[in-house]
Amino acid sequence: MKIAGRSILPTVAGRGGERVITAASISRREGWARRLPLLPALVYVFVMTQIPFLLTIYYSFFSWNLLKPGSFRFSGLDNYSTLLTDETVRTAVLNTVVLTVCVIGISVILGMGVAMILNSEVFGKGLMRTLMIAPFLIMPTAGALVWKHMLLNPLYGLLPYFLTPLGLGRVDWVSRFPMATVVTVEVWRWTPFMMLIILAGLQSQNPEVLEAAKVDGANALQAFRRITLPLARPFIELGALLGSLFVVQTYDSIYMLTYGGPGSDTTNIPFLLYLVAFQGYSIGKASAIGVVAVILTIIVATFALRTLFSIFQVEARR
Amino acid sequence: MGFRSKLLWSVVGWLVVFVFFFPVLWMWMESLKTEPQAASSPPTIFFLPTLEEFQTVLSGDFPPFFINSAVASIASTFLVLVLGLPAAYALAIRPVRKTQDTLFFFISTRFLPFAASLVPLYLLARDLQLLDNIFALTLIYTTINLPLGVWLLRSFLLEIPNDLFEAARVDGAGFRTEILRIVVPLIAPGLAATSLICLIFSWNEFFYAVNFTSSVAATAPIFLVGFISGRGLFYAKLAAAATLSSLPVLLAGWIAQKQLIRGLTMGAVK
Repeated sequence: MKIAGRSILPTVAGRGGERVITAASISRREGWARRLPLLPALVYVFVMTQIPFLLTIYYSFFSWNLLKPGSFRFSGLDNYSTLLTDETVRTAVLNTVVLTVCVIGISVILGMGVAMILNSEVFGKGLMRTLMIAPFLIMPTAGALVWKHMLLNPLYGLLPYFLTPLGLGRVDWVSRFPMATVVTVEVWRWTPFMMLIILAGLQSQNPEVLEAAKVDGANALQAFRRITLPLARPFIELGALLGSLFVVQTYDSIYMLTYGGPGSDTTNIPFLLYLVAFQGYSIGKASAIGVVAVILTIIVATFALRTLFSIFQVEARR
Repeated sequence: MGFRSKLLWSVVGWLVVFVFFFPVLWMWMESLKTEPQAASSPPTIFFLPTLEEFQTVLSGDFPPFFINSAVASIASTFLVLVLGLPAAYALAIRPVRKTQDTLFFFISTRFLPFAASLVPLYLLARDLQLLDNIFALTLIYTTINLPLGVWLLRSFLLEIPNDLFEAARVDGAGFRTEILRIVVPLIAPGLAATSLICLIFSWNEFFYAVNFTSSVAATAPIFLVGFISGRGLFYAKLAAAATLSSLPVLLAGWIAQKQLIRGLTMGAVK
């Protein structure tokens, strides 16, 4: 089976769509009859994503401030060289990596734990699962504000109140530990996602194998390492990779919790883009950030999509 | 598993679930308090529930935000189904050449960072006077969800036995008949799962909503922006607004739990 891994670059870069349309057909009429239902969606996605992306590349070579009429002029690679030397850009890239790695790492581990509990014989499994997915369904902006105001606020929040006896009262968590706060809120949101995917994996395995291993004298740790983990692995990978594609784009909770601050301590790439484009109105620089973000995403996405594709081909082939 | 270990793991499990569910529970509790109770220290645990703040929020300026969210989510979901079902059909039942490449193209656009197309879309919307317009937001949400929709619908279409189509074709059924008589009834669960996932993503969407709208077309999450740094007593009102904003997706997700995993993984995990 041909896995079109190599084609991801041209498709993201906006050349892949046409190939489908111009593909030589079996017989002309039959070919068009087959392709016709595909065209509206293909054209729509192409127009809304690929053409704008080509324009983004184009704008990235210009210096243009929206607030200054007539400031549109060709500037070559200036925007890119600014990005390379700009400290805030480096910070944003680093913050994006830290945020994504921490959130995915922690939520995979927690999600695995919860999934294993839900996969064993416990009381009220259904209700547990139902309540557990709530953080993922809650509107992220709402969830972030609940954390910020009701749980972490130093004066009225629950956590500082309950930590007072430990001598940790009245700590302003959000401004003292901004990145840890964002990570916590995102882990709270993504653990249920990981749990759902890993649980589906665990449930697809035959419980008799585990029983047989126990009969053969394997202890819990051995059974986990030799049987459960290998079976759950593709699902863990899928969850981690899909999750990281979403977490890389984190914007809502940063906007609500820290607004990228203090300083640029929690400014990630999407938030920097927002600051540059909608607070600084620097169209050229924002476009250059966009191009860099796409390149970084392609690197992550190549792995993610390959995994997704291989799972797909095992699951559903006709 | 013995009873004792079952009990032990149940207790551990319920503790973990409690920690994760607690912020949601606390949000609900706060929404049923009066403002002084909601921001009291020590926290108010026992109180007489009141719907006062829900009334305040619903009779205030919140409803237009909620309605905008509903319009953008439902309209974009509808567009995804209309555009996505035929495309999924072309990629599953009567596969076109380069099916794999086409699928890849669709899904790669879903994970294209919004940074890639943000600036041109913003300038276009500005020049066409479509900023702060719910129609523009609907088109953007359709773009975000269409690749997911195509993948997901295709995964459901692949489950329809080929024989059904063979039989229909022998009877001389055309494309329209095939879609309306065979495909739609058989993948009703697929349509539901796809709609659910599209609704979740567009209802909760924030980036485009906050940057492309200001007042007329602002959606529910934008209403919450007003609470970022408010001073004084506003916790109960915030909790009520947050509860109302989250309700549709929470209910939909809870009702359709089975479809949720499949939707989130674009059909890869059933």
